[in-house]
Amino acid sequence: MTAVLSSHGLVARYGDFQALYGVDISVAEGEAVALIGANGAGKSTFLRSVMGLLAVKPDMVRLDGQPIGGTPTDKMVQKGVAIVPEGRRLFTGMSVEDNLRVAIDQADRLGRKGGWTMERLHKLFPILKDKARTDVQNLSGGQQQMVSIGRALLSQPRVLLCDEISLGLAPKVIREIYAALPEIRAQGTAIILVEQDVGLAQSASDRIFCMLEGRVTLTGASSAITREQIAEAYFGGSHAVV
Amino acid sequence: MQWFDALVQGILLGGMYAQYALGMALMFGVMRIVNVSHGDLVILLSLIGISLASNFGFGPFTVMVALVPLAIALGWLLQRAVLNKVVGDDPLPSLIATFGLSIALQNMMLQIWSANSRSLPGGGIESQSIQIAGIYVGLLPVLVLGFATALTWGLDLMLKRSRFGRALRAASADVEAASMTGINARAVYASATAIAVGILGFAAVFQSLRSTVAPADGGAQLIYAFEAVIIGGMGSVWGAFIGSMVLGISQAIGFRLDPGFGVLAGHLVFLLVLAIRPQGLFGKV
Repeated sequence: MTAVLSSHGLVARYGDFQALYGVDISVAEGEAVALIGANGAGKSTFLRSVMGLLAVKPDMVRLDGQPIGGTPTDKMVQKGVAIVPEGRRLFTGMSVEDNLRVAIDQADRLGRKGGWTMERLHKLFPILKDKARTDVQNLSGGQQQMVSIGRALLSQPRVLLCDEISLGLAPKVIREIYAALPEIRAQGTAIILVEQDVGLAQSASDRIFCMLEGRVTLTGASSAITREQIAEAYFGGSHAVV
Repeated sequence: MQWFDALVQGILLGGMYAQYALGMALMFGVMRIVNVSHGDLVILLSLIGISLASNFGFGPFTVMVALVPLAIALGWLLQRAVLNKVVGDDPLPSLIATFGLSIALQNMMLQIWSANSRSLPGGGIESQSIQIAGIYVGLLPVLVLGFATALTWGLDLMLKRSRFGRALRAASADVEAASMTGINARAVYASATAIAVGILGFAAVFQSLRSTVAPADGGAQLIYAFEAVIIGGMGSVWGAFIGSMVLGISQAIGFRLDPGFGVLAGHLVFLLVLAIRPQGLFGKV
């Protein structure tokens, strides 16, 4: 499969601290890849680097083969990359509808076309229609996550970056949110999923990239990788997955 | 009857303060940019308007037509050249930058216009009055209140209903998250400051019609604008309008009690609101 988005020897730093050491990851149209790894492995840093939130060299990130590394975040959205950020990052003091309308407004302004509409989003997450006028601060964590995913989808992305979307949510809510991913992929949208829950990552993705201390230590088809291989790549030694 | 008269005069005075406060409500209340040069911009625009009138024979309406676009351009330039470089979660850099700008503007105005007080000739409008509910009120203050109400309504509608308003509120809530939806926050902020300073273009014309202005007068305008925004509550445009009314009424009643007590009465009410309801009358906790 041809990669829609890929990183090539991606290096990222926070000041003097180097967080990523030559990371190569790719995702194809309609494919879902999962990034797993312990805290501090560099998963979120990878997403932030791709999204233009950290300075990287142009040829380190490619979209359809074209170098786009270091492109400002708002321009990345224009090119078709959207992110569901860690911690949801909703616009507090604004209603659910206004949070979503911001994404629709910008997609219109930037000329992004796609199949995601408010109505379709309401079918995917019906609670968002009922809570349209509610301030996002007054939503549950799961509902906030749905708004965050909805906001990213309404940008009409070709590539969707999801940063720990299950974090802090009840198992039932996590299942509800992950149940939406196949429909998103069916649209042709590529997904890069950062996930702490290894089982969840395996079941929701086609391929897995395991990261350790800023490097990819394991790559393979999600269905073929064993728990022992993941344990070794995850911890850097022979450990059992708990 | 004299207290009713004080109430009406206070509301009319509040109309003038609302015109100072609206731009402040947008910059300080929504964008969290502390613009210490706010009052100096009112005075600068007033002096430019007075010069336009004296050099080209413009009437007040023509001055307004010329001044508002100029104010919009000035605001856009201010944000692009200065404030976009210091805007962020920490309000201190914008405070320091605009404090420096305030001093520079005052010195520039002294150099160009000297320390003399001047006013804009209104062709008699400033002395006309009309009778409402048994009391005489000035036509100019009624016009000022009418413009202030219309500007508040328009600004509130823009913030709540327009694409630009939603983008501005989003960028104010979380600038990085806003960029993740495709918003160019710096461009949005530049437009917002252009609007804020554009409103000062209206305020400048009315200010120089109703009283004299001099380069050192900006401080009072700044204080009244801050007080009105804080009394009304951060982030609320109508809050800033009501805050201006509270300030105006407090001063008008204070003036009736003792001519020297008026301005102080406004400051005392501001402190009282700050002590009892720090988030302001319409601010959220």
